[in-house]
Amino acid sequence: MTLAQVIANLPALVVAIPLLLAPVAALLPVAGLAWVLAVLGTGGALFCAVMLMGATTGGKSFSYFLGSWPPPWGIEFVVDPVSAFTVLVMAALAFVVTLFARTALLAEIAEADAGKAYSAWLLACGGLSGLVMTGDAFNLFVFLEISALSSVILIALGAGTDRRALIAGYNYLIIGAVGATFYVIGVGFIYAVTGSLNMADLAERIPQVPQTTVVMIGFGFMMAGLLVKAAVFPVHVWLPAAYSFAPSAVSALLAAIATKASLYIIARVMFGMFAGVPDLAGFAAEFILVPLALAGIFLGTILAIYEKDIKKLLAFSSVAQIGYIALGFGLASTAGLAAGFIHIGNHALIKGGLFLAVGGYAVALGSRVNLGGMVGLGRRMPITTTAFLICGLSLIGLPLTAGFISKLYLVRALLEAEMIAVLLLVMASSALSVVYLWKIVEVLWQRDEHELVITEQPALYLPLWIIAIANIWFGVAPAPLVDGAQRAAMYLTGGM
Amino acid sequence: MSAPVSVILDSWNYLVVIFLMMGGLFIVISQNNLVKKLVGLAIFQTSVFLFYISVGKMAGGTAPILVAEGEAAYSNPLPHVLILTAIVVGVATTALGLALVLRINAAFGSIEDDEVLAMKAADGEPRSRRGEDHAEEPQ
Repeated sequence: MTLAQVIANLPALVVAIPLLLAPVAALLPVAGLAWVLAVLGTGGALFCAVMLMGATTGGKSFSYFLGSWPPPWGIEFVVDPVSAFTVLVMAALAFVVTLFARTALLAEIAEADAGKAYSAWLLACGGLSGLVMTGDAFNLFVFLEISALSSVILIALGAGTDRRALIAGYNYLIIGAVGATFYVIGVGFIYAVTGSLNMADLAERIPQVPQTTVVMIGFGFMMAGLLVKAAVFPVHVWLPAAYSFAPSAVSALLAAIATKASLYIIARVMFGMFAGVPDLAGFAAEFILVPLALAGIFLGTILAIYEKDIKKLLAFSSVAQIGYIALGFGLASTAGLAAGFIHIGNHALIKGGLFLAVGGYAVALGSRVNLGGMVGLGRRMPITTTAFLICGLSLIGLPLTAGFISKLYLVRALLEAEMIAVLLLVMASSALSVVYLWKIVEVLWQRDEHELVITEQPALYLPLWIIAIANIWFGVAPAPLVDGAQRAAMYLTGGM
Repeated sequence: MSAPVSVILDSWNYLVVIFLMMGGLFIVISQNNLVKKLVGLAIFQTSVFLFYISVGKMAGGTAPILVAEGEAAYSNPLPHVLILTAIVVGVATTALGLALVLRINAAFGSIEDDEVLAMKAADGEPRSRRGEDHAEEPQ
């Protein structure tokens, strides 16, 4: 096989490798072997994603036809700067978190369940990559459900340490299924008037449809469903419980990649599929996405300030950070979209790192981490805490960290759009996020009266520090990430 | 035929879909029992299946097979195939949901939403130190 042939098959491999390894992992009785398979699966996907990113330099794009059926009849996997960027971010984070899972997951679930857990883990990774790669509106729903059902299993595995995980999983299942069904209703309306399911084909056909009301209703249903999946305020209710009761490694995986894929779909649907009806997409962006994003930013930040449980605090903070991404998309400009995509990458790094650090604490303490339990950990677990601090500063957006780059480009996009009021609100919310972070930092370096036995796992340092260093790396030399995001934004606004 | 009657006759399939859809969604939101919520979800999903199938069916249309002579009106097979996929997804969702309800019943001893949520809230009472965990397991 020549290199060109390998590259031509990569779009399918990035999804197929994790999906095919998943059933094998479920059959393995030894936890260590299942973990090796998970590393192979996510590592293989990462390798494919890197190659795909390389293949799209210069704004090139190509497609993979599943079963060699050409679109619009067959299902198409699209590789363009947008999907290659997103899938690379997700695959990289998934790989690092999988490295972390070896010790952290076993600390919180029964060893007999490990094979099945890694199976669900691989299904979630494969499903989320498929979500990003697919160019077919209905196929997207299938991947949406593959990733959602496997995420539910992973969340419910938290029941080993806390039975509340079962309810979190159940609620996510119900809310997620209703959201996905809303999306399918929307696709049904669009299909009824266009007769096509291929996204590129739909982009051409939708403007020619005389029944504009049907298009509007279909768009509304699809967006409603996707907003649920992306956990944009006010349909974020499943997220805090799901992230806080899932096993630590699962929280890190979901926080890093799960909502990112759905946010990417929102951008793809609004600015790709419905590019031909800019009035509709523009209206939705300006009057729905922007206000919801702002509300989410403030609500998430304020709830995080009052929360004592660290994982729940980080989950509320995720709601706020998803708001920043949605706000960037809501500006509907190239700069805004670029800011959104930059923050997709950076927030994956930030929240992935923070959840990994909290996972490290949870493993060391052997219990849920709340604010009172963290007293003095800064002195006793300096390596983990330093990484936590780096990611935390990145969350606030301190210069020389990745978070600063996100805020910089978001502020630039807001200035360009001349939305000064929104800009001030974003600044204010950033200041508020200092409050909840400082609350944690203060506790970390308080002197502890009764010393607890701490069993730290050095194996957890490596993945944690990879992410912490990436947070600094992309703050000092943000060019690769920013270039990728800007190419993606330009492709979405100009190329399609 | 008066206008309202013809509207009902022409679009009765959509009326059925809307009725099932709203009914299902209402059950999901209003029911207290976790199994009943899943039933509502299944009804909600089924309404969407019916929507796709009735949109794809053409009155008097045959199966989409090439005929020897002339032209034949045929129903669009694609929505039906899509729904085959969606049914599989729906079955998986329901199965996983029921499995979770079993585990919730085992862990909490109840499948009523309000009782389970009350216990869940009690679990969340502040416990600052390890060792105090599971000290007062509310039953």
